[in-house]
Amino acid sequence: MTTRILIVGGGLAGTIVANGLCRQLGRELAKGAVNITMLGADERHLYQPGLLYIPFGRMREAELFREQRKVLSHHVYFHVDPATAIDVDGRTVTTASGKEYGYDYLVLATGSRITPEEVPGMAEGAHWFYDLAGARRLREALGVFTGGRIVVNVNVPHKCPVAPIEVTFMLHDFLKERGLWDKTELTYTYPIGRLHGLEPVANWAQPEMDRLGIKYETFFNAESVDPNARTVTSMEGSTLPYDLLITIPPHKGAQVIENSGLGKGGWVATDKKTLHRVGSNNVFVVGDTTDIPISKAGSTAHFEADTLVDNLVSLIQEGCMAREYDGKVFCFIEAGLNRGTYVWFNYQVPPNPVPPSRMVHWFKLAYNRMYWLSARGLM
Amino acid sequence: MAERKEVDARGMACPGPLIALISALKTVEVGDEVEVLSTDRGSNKDIATWLNKAGHQLVESEQLADHIRFLVRKLR
Repeated sequence: MTTRILIVGGGLAGTIVANGLCRQLGRELAKGAVNITMLGADERHLYQPGLLYIPFGRMREAELFREQRKVLSHHVYFHVDPATAIDVDGRTVTTASGKEYGYDYLVLATGSRITPEEVPGMAEGAHWFYDLAGARRLREALGVFTGGRIVVNVNVPHKCPVAPIEVTFMLHDFLKERGLWDKTELTYTYPIGRLHGLEPVANWAQPEMDRLGIKYETFFNAESVDPNARTVTSMEGSTLPYDLLITIPPHKGAQVIENSGLGKGGWVATDKKTLHRVGSNNVFVVGDTTDIPISKAGSTAHFEADTLVDNLVSLIQEGCMAREYDGKVFCFIEAGLNRGTYVWFNYQVPPNPVPPSRMVHWFKLAYNRMYWLSARGLM
Repeated sequence: MAERKEVDARGMACPGPLIALISALKTVEVGDEVEVLSTDRGSNKDIATWLNKAGHQLVESEQLADHIRFLVRKLR
């Protein structure tokens, strides 16, 4: 009897799970006792954190992509055929091509997406770097920027929670290198009463922004953008004029999750330790798809995936779960174009940013290339 | 007639309950109410400060056995 593992989603989380399983289940896969199938939406695998560097010309587009088929172990049956309906009671997933896949274990790794259309005027009036098209447009806009008012506007929920701070500090250095800093007013806005959701990160960022002359406004939740007047107005009643608006748009989970009744907004109710979908003992959730109240970040997905791999392997080989996810997250934070810091934390230990250094920045640059080892389950 | 939406933010760490409230208020009409349940003690300060800034009404807040209940009315 073959145990069928079906992974929905071919991003970072799903890929690490697939490759991690293959590394530990070689004997079962060879015997045909286990079958691993992945349903993805794209032939190419995108290294999403690299998008941050595109507007500044610090990474080439080709560096962000690999063929997903080559990233995955040859044991994985990979189909570019995204799921359109997930029936956890009937244990089946239907795809865009009309095929139906059964499973014994289901891994939901459908990720998240930006939804600038949720804020009137944002799609027309703002730039962003959370997808390749947006990063290219921002690169063009920065290329012709000669000074003026830049607003970095953060909305919730969003993934990669330190990226807004990183892009702000990188902008400072970029404009300074170009001799434009003295002609620029840079304002960072954040939805809650401090500069970051993680209080220690906010406490680190505020004096850094003060020192560099970066302005900020808290309790700013974008309600509308007026592309003609070039203003962004908040739910709190504040209006900021801009020459260049860089937004971190609000995010949603995958439509298929919502359409299948698995979670409002595309977020699936998930046990924060076992990563089970709440109410299912054979459905697991990893990466941005969960509703766990921690950062939606690549490293979160990575550490969750590591835990899930151990648990699935243990369930198949030993009939029991192996361990719990402890909430571990590790994020590099670029503090400019040449300095970086990092935070790590879990459910018990709060983050504590270290003083920025060139060495941490270089390590982040190195990780940008080592990522492909992570995706293959080697690191 | 005003409607009431419930947001169960129990288990969320700061600032999760506030962000959940902000997201919920975006989806309701002026005059509607949002009820937020939170286990985060910081919500008392976070939510009250934001409501004051954003111009919405804290109708009531109540400390229950294992969580806090906030009732908020959208005013603008």
